[in-house]
Amino acid sequence: MRGPNIVVCVKQVPDSAQIRVHPVTGTIMRQGVPAVLNPYDLFALEEALQIKDRLGGRIVALCMGPPQAEAALRKALSLGVDDAVLVSDRAFAGSDTLATSFALASAIRQVGQEQPVDLVFTGKQTIDGDTGQVGPGVAKRLGMQLLSYVCRIPILDMDSQSIVVHRWTEKGVQVLKSKLPCLITVLEGTSEGRFASLPEMIRAARQPIRVWNRQAAGIEDLSKIGLKGSPTVVGKVFAPSRRAERAECIEWEQDQAEKAVSLLWEKIRARQPELVEKLSGDNGGENGQERVSE
Amino acid sequence: MNERFDAIVVGAGPAGTATALTLARGGWKVLQIERGEYPGSKNVQGAILYADSLQKLIPNFREEAPLERHLVEQRVWVLDDRSYIGSTYRSPVSSDAEPDRYTILRAQFDKWFAKKAQEEGVLLICETTVLDLLREGERVVGVRTDREQGEVYADVVILADGVNSVLARKAGIRPELKAGEVALGVKELLFYSQESLEDRFGIQGDEGVAIEMVGKITRGMVGTAFLYTNKESLAVGIGCLLSDFRKEKVPPYVLLARLKEHPALRPLLRDGEMKEYTAHLIPEGGYKAIPKLSGDGWLIVGDAGMFVNSVHREGSNLAMETGRIAAETVIELKQAGEPFTERNLRRYRQRLDQSFVMKDLRKYQHVHEVLDQNRHFLTTYPELVNRAAETLLRVDGVDKRAKEKEVTRSFRKHRSYRGLFSDAVKLWRAFR
Repeated sequence: MRGPNIVVCVKQVPDSAQIRVHPVTGTIMRQGVPAVLNPYDLFALEEALQIKDRLGGRIVALCMGPPQAEAALRKALSLGVDDAVLVSDRAFAGSDTLATSFALASAIRQVGQEQPVDLVFTGKQTIDGDTGQVGPGVAKRLGMQLLSYVCRIPILDMDSQSIVVHRWTEKGVQVLKSKLPCLITVLEGTSEGRFASLPEMIRAARQPIRVWNRQAAGIEDLSKIGLKGSPTVVGKVFAPSRRAERAECIEWEQDQAEKAVSLLWEKIRARQPELVEKLSGDNGGENGQERVSE
Repeated sequence: MNERFDAIVVGAGPAGTATALTLARGGWKVLQIERGEYPGSKNVQGAILYADSLQKLIPNFREEAPLERHLVEQRVWVLDDRSYIGSTYRSPVSSDAEPDRYTILRAQFDKWFAKKAQEEGVLLICETTVLDLLREGERVVGVRTDREQGEVYADVVILADGVNSVLARKAGIRPELKAGEVALGVKELLFYSQESLEDRFGIQGDEGVAIEMVGKITRGMVGTAFLYTNKESLAVGIGCLLSDFRKEKVPPYVLLARLKEHPALRPLLRDGEMKEYTAHLIPEGGYKAIPKLSGDGWLIVGDAGMFVNSVHREGSNLAMETGRIAAETVIELKQAGEPFTERNLRRYRQRLDQSFVMKDLRKYQHVHEVLDQNRHFLTTYPELVNRAAETLLRVDGVDKRAKEKEVTRSFRKHRSYRGLFSDAVKLWRAFR
């Protein structure tokens, strides 16, 4: 039995904790903001690495971005990924989620020519775009089963080419079974990241990263990528104004917690009567597990 | 780990990177280990970059280094509680010369600098802390990191792990830092639009201004403050000896807040959006605090070796200079087929003694003591000179001779003729 061939899509994003909004134009200022590996992608990487720990196989980290996005792939390599491909071409500039998913899908097909791809992982979304659209877009283009917001992968059976995942929904956890190949977007907090060993760090620092331009990524149709392939139009970007209301402190004497709670309850009721109504009428909400089979 | 390197450099600040880059150019197989997420992520400086030491390593750095502004104006201010008296030197860079002083943001500069070393073949790994030096007998033969299978060996280890140099202290190479030998600096980065900065400081394009400040702002503690212009931000900070902070029990942030509220600074800093707040130790012990700089299989460079000229606010250039000289020393030894013994590596110190690094540090070796023992330089004099200026400039019907007498009297009242004379001698001797 061969181990699975896995592609993990990662993105380099500006560290949103350090981002500034231009005080005059209201646009995001990327200059000088350090770039990091999209934090959600770390969970995707870890899920893939755990599969490799169990079943062997091979992991390729795939990233689309400018040359400096190499740093994100370096990080992926240090964690134990076998190979790294940076898809980088000026023709990709201005790509929205539609064009990006086209380019990534094409690159994954190229990876698949070396060896068929069984699983594609992405984070649930990026912290800069926050759309969560690219993963599903790639799945659709590759004709792969999409399994989004996955929080656990209890079973992966290469013999029967099937996988069982836990998918987080608003109503509870769905347990889904699917055939391979499929694309999985991974929820945050699913696992603890790993700390690479020193030999792995040295290997990662030394390993060359493959850089694919448009042609190498197998893209011929220029109208599908970059600005041309991006129907999304950004109408306006603005920083929301500060909220006027402030947090309020409720003070209470010792041993009078109950009084404080009822005071808090009163305040909530006064401000948001709908919410209170909903909470009291919604007692038997479904919190159990739903079982959905393929 | 079985793999061996020619050299291991601990730290990816200016000192470590200058060392690694020089070694790699000499054909060495170099492993550089950085604790932070990327080079520069943990590094703090004002920051002014002096071109010379960098130029020796990367002659065309001006074309590609992330520089903020080149300094065309440097001001020195002596402040009392509400006024200041000062001097300004302003000179546009002439068209046939290149600027030699720049403001930089270290997070960006260090990353770029390290990239240059990587291009020369240095193997850099980040997010890895070196915990210990590995020894065979007395000889240092490698390092142990905090990662699994984290031991790695090399012919020589260069410590460039900064002012705290936990490694050097743990290895008994350097004594514990003394509170009187380090300053604690705190700094804010305030954001402005480019046009607004140009208006505030009368500059254009890439021109920049640096203001160094002394006086009552440090509340009698030995220290200085600064204000530097970056492209789209101002760096404002203040630093004093750690021992003084401890004695006076003034929190550093309070000192910085007061500085920002000083009538001389407030208008320059108005409407700034704070982007960054950082604090760092600065080795200010000078010449006398310099530890043993090399031993069997190891050398120490940059802040870890206490190489800071606190009078002229030079540090990162000394880091690069000591890094380069350390690398050149071991390259020469290797070429001559000589081992990295304690005795042979003493050549590093000998070479430093011949360079401006040690000459400058030796020149100012008494400055801190003098200031430490004569606190009135930092409190009484700033007040006296500011008051004298006010007296002489005010036109109020009092004749000029009487005003001059009043000024002289005020000086004599606070410092007798004898005190004034001895102060002058002390200062002259400290700075000569």
